[in-house]
Amino acid sequence: MADGSAIAAGRVPATAGQPRTGTLKRMARRRSTLAFLMALPLLAVIAGLVIYPFFYAIELSMLNKRMTRFVGIDNFTFLLGRETFQLVIFQSVLFAVTAVIAKALIGFVLAHVLHALPAKGQRKWRGMLLVPWVIPPAVSTLAWWWLFDPSYSAFNWMLAVFGAGPVPWLGDAGWARFAVILVNTWYGAPFFMIMYLAALKSVPDQLYEAAAIDGATGIQKLRYVTLPMMRNIISITVLFSLIVTFANFDIVRILTNGGPQDRTHLFGTYAFQVGIQSGDIPLGAAVSLFMFPLLAVFAVLILRGVNQRTKEGL
Amino acid sequence: MSGASFATGGATASATYQKVGSIRAERRRVLIGAYIALAVFVVFFLLPPVYMLITSLKSSAEIADLSGNPWIVTRPTLQNYWELLTEGNYLLHFRNSIIVTACVVAITMVISILAAFSLSRMRFWGSGVLATGVFLTYLVPETLLFIPLFQIIGGIGMYNNLWAMVLIYPTLTVPFCTWIMIGYFSSIPKELDEAALIDGANHFQMLWKIFIPVALPGILAATIFAFTVSWAQFLYPMAFLVSSEQMVLTTGIVSDLIRGDTFVWGKIMAGALMAALPPLLVYAFLMDYYIAGLTAGATKG
Amino acid sequence: MAQVTLRKIVKEYEGGVQAVKGIDLDIDDHEFVVLVGPSGCGKSTTLRMIAGLEEITSGDIAIGGSIVNDIPPRDRDIAMVFQNYALYPHMTVFENMAFGLTLRKFPKEEIKRRVDNAARILDIGTLLERKPKALSGGQRQRVAMGRAIVRDPKVFLFDEPLSNLDAKLRVQMRTEIKKVHQTVRTTTVYVTHDQVEAMTLADRVVVMNHGVIEQVGPPTELYHHPVTKFVAGFIGSPAMNFIPGRLVNGGAALNVVLPDGITLPVPAERAGRYAAHAGREILFGIRPEHLTEIRPNDHRPHLAAFEAAPEVVEPMGMETLLHFWMQGNEICARVDPATPAEPGVKQTLAADMSQMHLIDPQTEKVL
Repeated sequence: MADGSAIAAGRVPATAGQPRTGTLKRMARRRSTLAFLMALPLLAVIAGLVIYPFFYAIELSMLNKRMTRFVGIDNFTFLLGRETFQLVIFQSVLFAVTAVIAKALIGFVLAHVLHALPAKGQRKWRGMLLVPWVIPPAVSTLAWWWLFDPSYSAFNWMLAVFGAGPVPWLGDAGWARFAVILVNTWYGAPFFMIMYLAALKSVPDQLYEAAAIDGATGIQKLRYVTLPMMRNIISITVLFSLIVTFANFDIVRILTNGGPQDRTHLFGTYAFQVGIQSGDIPLGAAVSLFMFPLLAVFAVLILRGVNQRTKEGL
Repeated sequence: MSGASFATGGATASATYQKVGSIRAERRRVLIGAYIALAVFVVFFLLPPVYMLITSLKSSAEIADLSGNPWIVTRPTLQNYWELLTEGNYLLHFRNSIIVTACVVAITMVISILAAFSLSRMRFWGSGVLATGVFLTYLVPETLLFIPLFQIIGGIGMYNNLWAMVLIYPTLTVPFCTWIMIGYFSSIPKELDEAALIDGANHFQMLWKIFIPVALPGILAATIFAFTVSWAQFLYPMAFLVSSEQMVLTTGIVSDLIRGDTFVWGKIMAGALMAALPPLLVYAFLMDYYIAGLTAGATKG
Repeated sequence: MAQVTLRKIVKEYEGGVQAVKGIDLDIDDHEFVVLVGPSGCGKSTTLRMIAGLEEITSGDIAIGGSIVNDIPPRDRDIAMVFQNYALYPHMTVFENMAFGLTLRKFPKEEIKRRVDNAARILDIGTLLERKPKALSGGQRQRVAMGRAIVRDPKVFLFDEPLSNLDAKLRVQMRTEIKKVHQTVRTTTVYVTHDQVEAMTLADRVVVMNHGVIEQVGPPTELYHHPVTKFVAGFIGSPAMNFIPGRLVNGGAALNVVLPDGITLPVPAERAGRYAAHAGREILFGIRPEHLTEIRPNDHRPHLAAFEAAPEVVEPMGMETLLHFWMQGNEICARVDPATPAEPGVKQTLAADMSQMHLIDPQTEKVL
C-alpha cells in the first residue's frame, strides 16, 4: 500500500509537465551516490591505511633520527653508501630471483605430474602438496629452524648416517642463504603448482588432439600448445611471486634474523631491525621505500598481464 | 578393388592395435614416473610438519639426548600439549588470534562485498580508477608500509593493543577480497539484476537476496583468504605488540617459549602444530572453493 | 491490463548514436504485438524502454493511460521474460515465481494460490521444488513465463525468449506462448528477430529497421501488402526476389521488362496504380512461392511464363527450390517436387503477376 502511494506521488510531478528526464536523472544520481557510499569503506581503507601511510613514509624518510629536523635525501644516500645495505639489495634480488625460479620449476613439474594422474587420486595428492602453503610461514619456519639447529639438526644426523660432515646450516653465510632460499621455495612452490594446474586444466583437450593428429611429440605439444596457452598466467604468477619473495619478512626473521653478519638480510627484515629495533624510524622508512620502484615496475607489468587476459576473455 | 581396400584396411587396423599396446606401456611408464616424482616432493613438503609432530611428542630429556635417532619417538608423551594448554599464555594467544581473525574476516567481507557490488554493478565517477587501485593495493606488501603504520598506531595510542591489528589487517585482506568479489559479481548475468528490478527489488534487496546467495562460492573463497592472511600475519604483531597478553599465536609462540638461549623445542613444536591446525582444517574441507576463487581472482578481471 | 502507447520515442546513447529515432506505436488492451527486425534495429531498446530498464531520451511512454517515463521498473506493473531466462539460480522454481510477490508483501496463501495457478497453466506443477540448474531449456522457459504470469501485470514483455532453444523446442514453446496468451489475455509486447515467430504469434507485427518503424499491421497484411522494400524482403521465407527492371508502356498494357529481355505483363487492374511510373526504372519484387512451374489446368489469372536455367536445385521434400541468376541477381523459385529440374537445363517457369510488387529503387517504397 505504501508502495502504491509512492507511485502516485512520483507520477504527479512527472505528468505536471516538467522536463521528462528529471526524475530518472535524479534516480541515476541517487544511484551513483549510493554506489559511492557503498564503496566508501573501501576508499577509507585504501586512503587511510595505504595512501596516507605511503606519503607519511616519504615524509618520515626525510627526517633525522630523532625526527626533529628535515634532512632531505640524506637517509637514502647514507644507506646507499653503507656496505650492509648494499648487501641487502643484492640479497633481496638474489633470493627473489633464485627462489622464484625454483618455485616456478617445481610448480611446473608438479602441476604436470598432477595433471597426468587419474582424476580420482588427484585431489588427495594435491591436498598433501598444498600443505606447505597452508601452514602460516611464521609457524612452519619454526620447524625448519629446529631442523637446522646447530647441535640437534635432524638433517645433520641423517647426513652423518651417510658419513657426511655436519653442515653449518645457519652459521655460514653461503649455507644460510641456501637455507633461506630453500624454505622460501618450500613455502611458495605449491602456489605455483595450483596456478599452473588451473591453467593446464583450462587448455582444451581438442588442442592436444589436433596437435597429436598434426604429428606433434610430447615435447612439441608442451612447446607449441601448453606454454603459449599458459604464458600469461605464468608471467602473472612469476611477477606476483617476485613481489612476495622480494618483500618477504617472516622466513628470514625467524630463520636467521639477517645473520650471520647481515648476510641474509632483506629489505623487510633490515627495515625492521633499523626502524623498530634500533629505533631509527626515518632510516627504516627509507629502507622500505627503496623497494618501491621495483615493486611499482612489477605491479605495472602484472596489471598489463591481467588486463590483457581480461581482454582475451580467458 | 573392394577386396584390396579391405585388405589394407585390415593391415592398418592391426598396426594401430600394436601401437595402442605401446601407447599403453608408455602411459604406464609416465604414470610410474609421476608417482615417483610425487613421492619425492610429498616427502620434501611434509618433512617439516611431520618433524614438528615428532618433536612435539618427545619429552625435553629425549630431545636433549643426542645419542638417539631424532626422527623416532621412543617414549611418546602429550606433556608438551598439556603444559601449553594449562600453563602460560598459549591459550590466551590462541584466543587473541581467534578474536583478531574473526573481526578482520567480518570487517573485510562487509567492506569488500559492498564495494564489489558498487564497483561491478552501479558505477560512479571514478569507479573504474578505483577498481584498478584496488588491484594495485593488493600488490603492496606489508613490509613497505609497516614503519609509517607503526608511527600512526603509536600516534593514536594503540601501540601494544590487540585491536590495532583489527584496524590494520584489512589493508592486507580487503583489496584481494574485493577483487575476487568483483570477478564473481561481474560473472552474474545482467539480466538477473533486471529481472530483480522488475520483480520490485531495490539495490539492497538485490545485493542481499540475489548477489550474495548467487556468489556464495566467491564469498567463501574470499572469507578463506581473509582468514588465512589474518591468521598467518607475523610482521604487524611483531612490530606493534610487545606484551605477552596482547600477542597473537604467530608471535606469542616465539616470544614466550624462547627465554634467552633456552629453547623449549617440544613445546614450540606442539604450539606451532596447534597454530597450524585451524588453517589445515579449513583447507581440508574447503580447498576446492578456495582454489577456484583464488585462480579465478588471479586470472580473470 | 492496459494499452501501451509510445509517442515520438527517441533513444540516444552517449556519443550521439540514435538507437531509436522517434517512433509512435499504439498497442491495444489484450493485444499481442511483436517487434521484429534485424539485430541493431532498436527493437530490444524499445522493449527495454517500455520496461523502464533504459531511460528514454525524449518522447512519452504510457501504460494503461498514465505516463511512466520517470517511473522505475518495479512500479510500472510489467513483467518480463528474458532471452537467457534470468532465473535466480539459488531459488527453487516456486521461490523464483514467488519472488516478485514476496517483495511486494503479498500474503502467503495468495502467493501460493497464484503460483499454483500459473504452474497449472504452464504444466510445471511437479517442478516447483527444483532449482533452475535441474531443469531443461524448455522447462526454464516455462518457469520464466510463470514468473511473469503470477505477477498478473498490466503488460508482458518478452525479449527474444525462444532464441536459446533448439529448433524443435522453439516451435513447441511458440505454441505454448500463444496458448498462454489466449488464456490470460494480458497485453503483450514480444521482441524477436525471427519473422516466422512474429508471423505466427502476433495480432499485429511491428517491423523495425535502423531505429524506425517500417510498417505495422496484422501478419497477413505485411505478407501481402508490404509498404517498403525492407518489409517485403524481411517477411517471408525464402525471401522475396528483387529484380531491377523497367516499367514500359506497351500500348495496350504496362509491361515489366527484366534483364535478359524477359517481358512480363502487368495485370490490367493494377495499370492505374502504376501508370504514373511508366518509363521509369523499378525494382520488380516477387516471392519464390509465386514463381512456379506451369501446372496443367492452371486457372490462376495473370500467369506470365518465362524461361530460366536453374544453377542449383534444392529438393526440400514438400517442394523444390530452384535458384537461378538473372544478371547478377539470385532468383529463387518454389516448384512442385514432381517437376523435373536439372541444373543448367532451361525450363519454363510461371510468374503469378497478381502477386507482384513494384518498388521505387530510390525511395525503396512499394508502389
